[in-house]
Amino acid sequence: MKTQSQSKDKHINFLKKLRESATIRIALILLVLCVFLAIAEGKAFLTNENLLSVFRQFSFIGIMAIGECLVIITGGIDLSVGSIFAFSGVIGSLAMTSWGLGFILGLIVGLVAGAGFGLINGLLITKLKLPPFIATLGTMSIARGLSYAVTKGYPVSDMPDAFKFIGQGHILGIPAPIILLIIVTIIIGIFLHLTITGRRIFAIGGNEEASRVSGISVKKEKILVYTLCGLLAGLAGLATAARLNVAQSTAGAGSEMDAIAAVIIGGASLSGGVGNVAGPILGAAIMGVLRNGLVLMSVSAYWQQTVIGIVIIVAVTIDKMRYEKL
Amino acid sequence: MEEKTILELKNISKSFPGVQALNNVSIKFENGKVHAIVGENGAGKSTLIKILSGVYQKDNGVILINGKEIDIQNPRKATELGISTIYQELNLLPNLSIAENIFVGREKRNGVFYDKKTTEIEARKLLLEVGMTIDVGTLVKNLSIAQRQLLEVAKALSIDSQIIIMDEPTSSLAADEIEILLKIVKELRHKGKAIIYISHKLDEIYEVSDKITVLRDGESIGTVETNNCSEENLIQMMVGRPLVDLYPKLEVDIGDEILRVDNVTSGNLVKNVSFTLRKGEILGVAGLVGSGRSELMSAVFGIDPIDHGSVIIDGIELKSNYPKDSIDKGIGFVPEDRKMQGLILKMSIRENITISCLEDISSRGFISSKAENAISHDFSDKLQIKSTGIEQKVENLSGGNQQKVVIAKWLATRPKILILDEPTRGIDVGAKKEIYTLIGELVKIGVGIILVSSELPEVLGMSDRIMVMHEGLVKGFLSRNEATQEKIMSLILK
Repeated sequence: MKTQSQSKDKHINFLKKLRESATIRIALILLVLCVFLAIAEGKAFLTNENLLSVFRQFSFIGIMAIGECLVIITGGIDLSVGSIFAFSGVIGSLAMTSWGLGFILGLIVGLVAGAGFGLINGLLITKLKLPPFIATLGTMSIARGLSYAVTKGYPVSDMPDAFKFIGQGHILGIPAPIILLIIVTIIIGIFLHLTITGRRIFAIGGNEEASRVSGISVKKEKILVYTLCGLLAGLAGLATAARLNVAQSTAGAGSEMDAIAAVIIGGASLSGGVGNVAGPILGAAIMGVLRNGLVLMSVSAYWQQTVIGIVIIVAVTIDKMRYEKL
Repeated sequence: MEEKTILELKNISKSFPGVQALNNVSIKFENGKVHAIVGENGAGKSTLIKILSGVYQKDNGVILINGKEIDIQNPRKATELGISTIYQELNLLPNLSIAENIFVGREKRNGVFYDKKTTEIEARKLLLEVGMTIDVGTLVKNLSIAQRQLLEVAKALSIDSQIIIMDEPTSSLAADEIEILLKIVKELRHKGKAIIYISHKLDEIYEVSDKITVLRDGESIGTVETNNCSEENLIQMMVGRPLVDLYPKLEVDIGDEILRVDNVTSGNLVKNVSFTLRKGEILGVAGLVGSGRSELMSAVFGIDPIDHGSVIIDGIELKSNYPKDSIDKGIGFVPEDRKMQGLILKMSIRENITISCLEDISSRGFISSKAENAISHDFSDKLQIKSTGIEQKVENLSGGNQQKVVIAKWLATRPKILILDEPTRGIDVGAKKEIYTLIGELVKIGVGIILVSSELPEVLGMSDRIMVMHEGLVKGFLSRNEATQEKIMSLILK
């Protein structure tokens, strides 16, 4: 009797998920976009080279967007990721080159710097009770300023080869940044969807007060989430520096908006409690493919920006309309 | 005054995916009458109101006002047709003044400018009609819930509605405030308004209504004259079966002390409170709204800080003041406001039930979905939560079933002490009885229960001992045998 009702539950769940899942709808949008480009610009778009290059390009934003997604699920926002991206990149690169710490230690310095800024965000938000928007607006400026200060505005270059591999190398013909994105996705996916902490992150975004009453240490979980977000922004910054063989204090300026856009296009709700790990990647992929398509169709760079803005608004509007109808 | 049918519903039906919310419902409402609508949760009351106020559209049927067929496409249209709805959840703007709230959307103008003077004069007249003497410039956020309810009534009067729908208007009011509201309802009747009154409180319905329509499972079971229908009859119509002995108080051996609250002071509303609770005991807590009952429970559970005093569970003092520690020590807490503090509405029944016991169903931080499903099915069945399955989102459940989910969540933590703050507020008779039965089963296995309630019959019916609070102080304790409504009231007023 019970097993019967359970299997029936499962059946209904699958159909319901198909109907309700924003992720599947977004994946369909991406598919339609790809099919359109394949027909319109088949020769140029469908080459192995082009596809891998598009994938590699959005993998940096993708890594950052996954961290941003965790924050947005708790009902917060992190505006500092673009600046942390730059700071981790330059401090890690400086450690490897000017300070002579070598590849491993330099990488660690960069990642710790990112996680450290994330931790500071978390503490400002939970201990000083600053709204996330304000706290991360502050650290956004601080991290950017520090990036200029430690480099005096000069780019850092001549990275060790081992480091460059992270951005430029290939494993079984697949560019390393793509592998990195896949690893991050799997780890964060398992963390978010299968562990106690992951469940609590959703609960906090759904109803912070009820979560506290239910025995969740809201502050502890939030600090963890902002720290992870900082860490992933730092990782993305380091990977970009490795890719370009140069770390610049201006790197990633404005990329926080790309990360947030990827999360929102990916179906998460800014009011919190909703989202999944696939969303930000699909969101980043849609923006990446769209940019590529516009380049292939020789649309001017100025218009590309405009088109992407329109797509963000249209995608979210369609999704919202659907949701409200249900 | 001549009485005539002002609003008539003919064969109204409405269905949602999987549910026939209303099925061929026909009701006539007359002016100068208070017409109550009763029924269990999920009987279709809310759907009916939402159709009348233009929030939902009917699937079938006809609505007539003064004999003319009309179509209520949206809430604005309802207002134009003279139908005002006062919802349970109030629709006021907290940062605007009383006067501004009354005329919001219909601002008085002087050319292009906002006419503050006229607004305030008109508002003052309306407030007098509902018996409020407060300054019309007061911001709504500074008003009590009762004053807000009255303000909603004033707003309904300002648009000269002929039909006023009140949805559970007294659910968050104290006894004296209820009296004022009922008086106004009677005055409105006298002025010839048709009033549709929805409430779970039968005593109120008997005091104020002329007619009662009973809904059950989306169908109209019948309309009766209030004077000709006994309470037992009415309940039988509502639940479809005779309901014997609402408070099934079992004889249970009361064991050792498990909770000692010693001289606890918290904020301005809890002053030097001391009490104890024993295994298998039900301690009722009575008092008026604002007596500090809920604040005391929040402090004991660790939501609000304890300024001084101590809480001792099984001989061990609770050190840090976090809900997490209280839960670990074996306290469960069903809060007064289930939507704010009890539930994560966007999450499923399963996720809500297990949110406080995730550690028990996990290993190395990973949730076992098998264990999780088992425990959710278990409690969902045990508490008879009516749903499409454990994956249904809690926001789509009726109030009574939502409350059952909150209770299930705490039962899943296997508590030694369960604090229930207004556990049956806004819940129908059938679900109430189920919750009382459950409380009886819990004390049988030795759980200590603290039952906070504004409904005196509930406290009297269930408790072994009653603690009476007033203005943050404990005014006294009454044993089950000596307690009566009069004694509780006299302790409060002592």
